[in-house]
Amino acid sequence: MSEPAIVARDLTRRFGSFTAVDAISFDVQPGEVFGFLGANGAGKTTAIRILTGLLAPSSGSARVAGFDVATQSEKIKRAIGYMSQKFSLYEDLTVRENATLYGGIYGLTNDEIRARTEAMLQRLRLTDAANTRVRAIPLGWRQKLAFSVALLHRPRVVFLDEPTGGVDPIVRRQFWELIYETAQSGTTVLVTTHYMDEAEYCDRISIMVEGRIEALGTPSELKDRFSERTMDDLFVRLARPPHNRGTEAPRNRGTAHA
Amino acid sequence: MKRLIGLLRKETFHILRDRRTLAVLLLLPVVQVVLFGYAIRTDVNDVRIAIVDPSPDDMTLQLRSRLVGANLFRTVAVLRTTNELEHLFQSGEAQAAIVFEPSFAEHLASGTGAQLLIITDATEPNTGATIESYARNVVQQFEREVRARDGALQIVPQGRLLFNPTAESKNLFVPGLMAFVLTIISTLMTAITIAREKETGTMETLLVSPLRPWEIIIGKVAPYLLVGFAAAIGVVVEARLIFGVPLRGSALLLLAETLLFILVSLAIGVLISSRTSSQRVAMTGALLGTMLPTLILSGFIFPVESMPAPLQLVSNVVPAKWFVVIARGIMLKGTGLHYLWQETLILASMATVLLILSTRSFSERLE
Repeated sequence: MSEPAIVARDLTRRFGSFTAVDAISFDVQPGEVFGFLGANGAGKTTAIRILTGLLAPSSGSARVAGFDVATQSEKIKRAIGYMSQKFSLYEDLTVRENATLYGGIYGLTNDEIRARTEAMLQRLRLTDAANTRVRAIPLGWRQKLAFSVALLHRPRVVFLDEPTGGVDPIVRRQFWELIYETAQSGTTVLVTTHYMDEAEYCDRISIMVEGRIEALGTPSELKDRFSERTMDDLFVRLARPPHNRGTEAPRNRGTAHA
Repeated sequence: MKRLIGLLRKETFHILRDRRTLAVLLLLPVVQVVLFGYAIRTDVNDVRIAIVDPSPDDMTLQLRSRLVGANLFRTVAVLRTTNELEHLFQSGEAQAAIVFEPSFAEHLASGTGAQLLIITDATEPNTGATIESYARNVVQQFEREVRARDGALQIVPQGRLLFNPTAESKNLFVPGLMAFVLTIISTLMTAITIAREKETGTMETLLVSPLRPWEIIIGKVAPYLLVGFAAAIGVVVEARLIFGVPLRGSALLLLAETLLFILVSLAIGVLISSRTSSQRVAMTGALLGTMLPTLILSGFIFPVESMPAPLQLVSNVVPAKWFVVIARGIMLKGTGLHYLWQETLILASMATVLLILSTRSFSERLE
């Protein structure tokens, strides 16, 4: 049994008197697709910033890819990949230049960069577009490209912060196929999303409410436990802040925004 | 090192591929200096004067031709009495008048002294004062020559304008303009390019990567240092070719100091952009943060010595104040590092402090 890819124990981050992340604990196994859900402002972003080594925890501990977030953030940065909801390739650089830049930043040799870029382009069937500036590539392809570039250095854990914002359902489906491929190759994927159908695709999900993890388990487990028929219902029921609970809110269809 | 080179290369691509912006960055300073250089001038040319000469004689005629010969004055009227002067000033036909007293030559010869009145239109006080001092200079010089010729031994009060013998304001302004223009574009460059990366989300990706904050800063600052430097060379060449501003000191020293000054400005831009994530706010901040202080507190237009003490104190944190001293020293006085090391040290410390501050603002791991 290998060590979990992510271990969080009572991880806490305070900003002044405000507790953004309140003693969260969870494990993510290697090769798992872990959904990180929560309304806006629930503390997801802060938690991800801690796990990616950008922010030090106030208390508690976490290990990512075997390294301590409090003391080994530089090692963590090398071992992880990251793709944000905002698009993260340079639009005025070509596909190949972007790959070279990020490959170089993560310390790959020129040969590695060349070989992996070719393989990536073939996999995405984008070989013809290698020297096209990213700006000229359709948004859906760019998103997949950004994901693949984030994986170029073969990270052990990859963080995806709302990776499918603003793309159509077909591309979203293709994107999730990429995520599965990645997970099958042993890379751990931690993904945040507002799309509840995507939450169903995850091996396990956690739902954060006001800095705490309110629910953690596989999607079907959670639906059973809270006796809700859909993820949507479950999310709306849990993610609504406690002081609003009790008032009957209209049930959203499709996506849940809070 | 490889990471840094990759970053520098990427930034170079950004700069080279955005041709229009690059052209603006390189040409803007040159154009601005021309515009400001001609607009901000306290020199007065082609002053329209009226001459009142009740009894023209040898001496008054000589002095009159001397005034016109100085190329600064154009005689618009020669009168016998002062009656018409009022009208000439009111209508603006004359900006100044030289009034000789009757029997000017006789009084001069008798040794009692000849009276001469210089009247200037002081609705624009600076212009008026300038015209008056021009006229005074011409008259004094004439007086001196006459005395020398006639052998009279008298001590003549004499003023000499050091370093700028022709009292040309462009010599004073062009070094200040260099500071003004370079500080604006340099600050803007880094402020906007970093804010842009924050807007597009690439900055987040860089921050999560193994890149150190100082590498990100160098990756941003170094390429733009080159752009700023190219612009600076353009301005120095322009100062010489178009404005004929002398370069009496070492060109190498001037360029090195300019580079240092650009570095300070770029660092200010980095610091501004670290506090905002929108290009628009970064741009406004960069313009406000550099333009006004540089214009008002650098001594470029208004002498720092004549400001109230608190403002003088504040002016010390304006990098342009020190650069103006350096640039004027090197260009006009031919001063070397020997005299300018203090100003240089101040700029170097500013660059260091600002770069450290901006690096720290980039490392988000603050407790």
